[in-house]
Amino acid sequence: MDQKFSSQAYLNMELLRFTTAGSVDDGKSTLIGRLLYDSKSIFEDQLDAVKRASLLKGAEHLNLALFTDGLRAEREQGITIDVAYRYFATPHRKFIIADTPGHIQYTRNMVTGASTANAAIILIDARNGVIEQTHRHATIASLLGIPHIIVCINKMDLMDYRQEVFLDISENFRDFAGRIFPDKDIRFIPISALRGDNVVKPSVNMPWYNQGTLLHVLEILPVDQDHDLKHQRFPIQYVIRPESDQYHDYRGYAGRVAGGFFKPGDPVTILPSMIRSKIVSVDTFDGALEKAFPPMSVTLTLADDVDISRGDMITGEYDLPTIGGEFQAMVCWMNPIPLKPGGRYALKHTTRDVKCIVQSVDHVLNINTLEKMPEGTPVKMNDIASVMIRTTQPLFYDPYVKNRITGSIILIDEATHETVGAGMIL
Amino acid sequence: MNHYQLNHLKELEAEAIYVLREVAAQFERPVLLFSGGKDSIVLVHLSRKAFHPARIPFPLLHIDTGHNFQETLDFRDQLVARLNARLIVGSVQESIDTGRVTEEQGINASRNVLQTVTLLDTIEKYKFDAAIGGARRDEEKARAKERFFSHRDQFGQWDPKNQRPELWYLFNGKKRMGEHFRVFPISNWTEMDVWQYILAENIDLPSIYFTHEREVFYRDGVWLATAPFMQMKPNEQPEQRRIRCRTVGDISCTGLTLSTADTVEDIIQEIAATRVTERGGRYDDKRSEAAMEDRKKEGYF
Repeated sequence: MDQKFSSQAYLNMELLRFTTAGSVDDGKSTLIGRLLYDSKSIFEDQLDAVKRASLLKGAEHLNLALFTDGLRAEREQGITIDVAYRYFATPHRKFIIADTPGHIQYTRNMVTGASTANAAIILIDARNGVIEQTHRHATIASLLGIPHIIVCINKMDLMDYRQEVFLDISENFRDFAGRIFPDKDIRFIPISALRGDNVVKPSVNMPWYNQGTLLHVLEILPVDQDHDLKHQRFPIQYVIRPESDQYHDYRGYAGRVAGGFFKPGDPVTILPSMIRSKIVSVDTFDGALEKAFPPMSVTLTLADDVDISRGDMITGEYDLPTIGGEFQAMVCWMNPIPLKPGGRYALKHTTRDVKCIVQSVDHVLNINTLEKMPEGTPVKMNDIASVMIRTTQPLFYDPYVKNRITGSIILIDEATHETVGAGMIL
Repeated sequence: MNHYQLNHLKELEAEAIYVLREVAAQFERPVLLFSGGKDSIVLVHLSRKAFHPARIPFPLLHIDTGHNFQETLDFRDQLVARLNARLIVGSVQESIDTGRVTEEQGINASRNVLQTVTLLDTIEKYKFDAAIGGARRDEEKARAKERFFSHRDQFGQWDPKNQRPELWYLFNGKKRMGEHFRVFPISNWTEMDVWQYILAENIDLPSIYFTHEREVFYRDGVWLATAPFMQMKPNEQPEQRRIRCRTVGDISCTGLTLSTADTVEDIIQEIAATRVTERGGRYDDKRSEAAMEDRKKEGYF
């Protein structure tokens, strides 16, 4: 063992979740394989398996894409069916990759992977430039509110590593991205996933580029502003009542902070009752805290004995979310059975379960052309639609662009119990 | 790191606690699958944190193949007593005796696959609607596709090509009668995360995780423990070695590591330097390229 592994340093690492979007042949699997391989996250037995499989298929080189192989059907068909999660770490950060398929029919997977991501890598084949699918990937990243976008222009080796190719494609992307990402953090990196240029190791073939490798960019992206720290939001998940001798009258409200800070002494309002109270303590197994912030899981106790249950929300005294049962949302449809305008669905929002009616479909977004299809267009699987939703009980929500937790919903078919739609409140 | 930012282990802990509380809130009869291995021990620890100062609001279920390391069983019983928890044991021997399953024959016989029937029978018997497990996505390629809330049909089967989309932290636990969910709160943890957490939280483990002398034999690149029910081939010789378990399953499928690590710190150094995956030493995964995928579809852990 040449270097001692530091457990202390391990406790100073941050977590970054990112998703990858690319078309079928953009080299997405190769890129992820390259990241894992060059960051030394591949183990010998995995490497041996991939070497054997590469030889078996008659490949000349180690086929990096095989590192991300999953299910039997995926191996047989050479495609990715479902989101897979990969993990690797550097001394600064631990990374979770939501590896999503690039096929058109799998928009729902991309939306799924994007929903929890801090960053999205959008891959563009340097030979093809910005194509329809690039529009689709960028639109989804924008709708899902991913704070950081990294555009990787791949296969630079096939374009002789020419700077003007990189500049042209970057400018093309900026042209249309300006419309959909008003103030987004967008970065561009010229790479060759196959050859390893600018993925983990700086490229010697592109001396004109000096903005850092992909791994470097992933390590320095600022993630501390990705939560809403201004508005106090605490959806109640579970009421803790020990009913033991030691904690006879204890009544704690367990949940995960969805926004803002919570401290003992804070005046709060409880929704939907609008009762006011004060925070007495912020409890955890490891003792009481001075302050809780997103995404901590804690238990709050209040000064007054009030009737609160799962689905209620503790908020700042005067800093309330919107309380209402009728709102507009962008919904990504995820089921083979199309959305039924006027249809009833079960709806989940934070820890709240209600029923709803999709009152109207205002327009359907053609995800490839970004055109708005007229009213009356059916909403099919992988479509994204702007809809008006009415719920049986009010929700306590914020616009998705302000808070990804209090602004998101899922729709569930009441007969099959399947998750059929994912919505972002406008 | 910013003052108002959690380190990655704390963030993973907060995520797991959130998932455990969702289970308690969304299901009527949850159960925690406890194997005596480090991952399920971490789950128990996280469950204590999630519901503190109340007791853990669900029982622990151990599927006992009858071929377990005694140290694991002793540890299990002490932990259950210390936490005043409720333990249910599903017995593979009983499934064999009542004819529900047939014991495998031959040199590589293992009760690993048989556990699935015992597990599903026990879930049905107690009408459990959610079984919390310690599986992680980094362990194996089929597991990389798992949801936090993973739906199982009436036969306990997993349909990997037709999983419910899972977005944000909105977990859909709705189901029909007779169906159930598997829930994996530490999906996003890696082997190193688990060990660092064990160190940071000072969590007790069974002694077989630490170095000790044991009679073992070598087969297909894996060290296995000798036991009355383990048949050896003519060319295999029992020998004494200093070993420890990197993962703990039952004796027939747990590959042992030659090691002198006797503290969690030593184990972490060993894992940081190792070039083989955790499941690389699992005999049950060596059966085929899709061994785990096939077992999972049938209802395995």
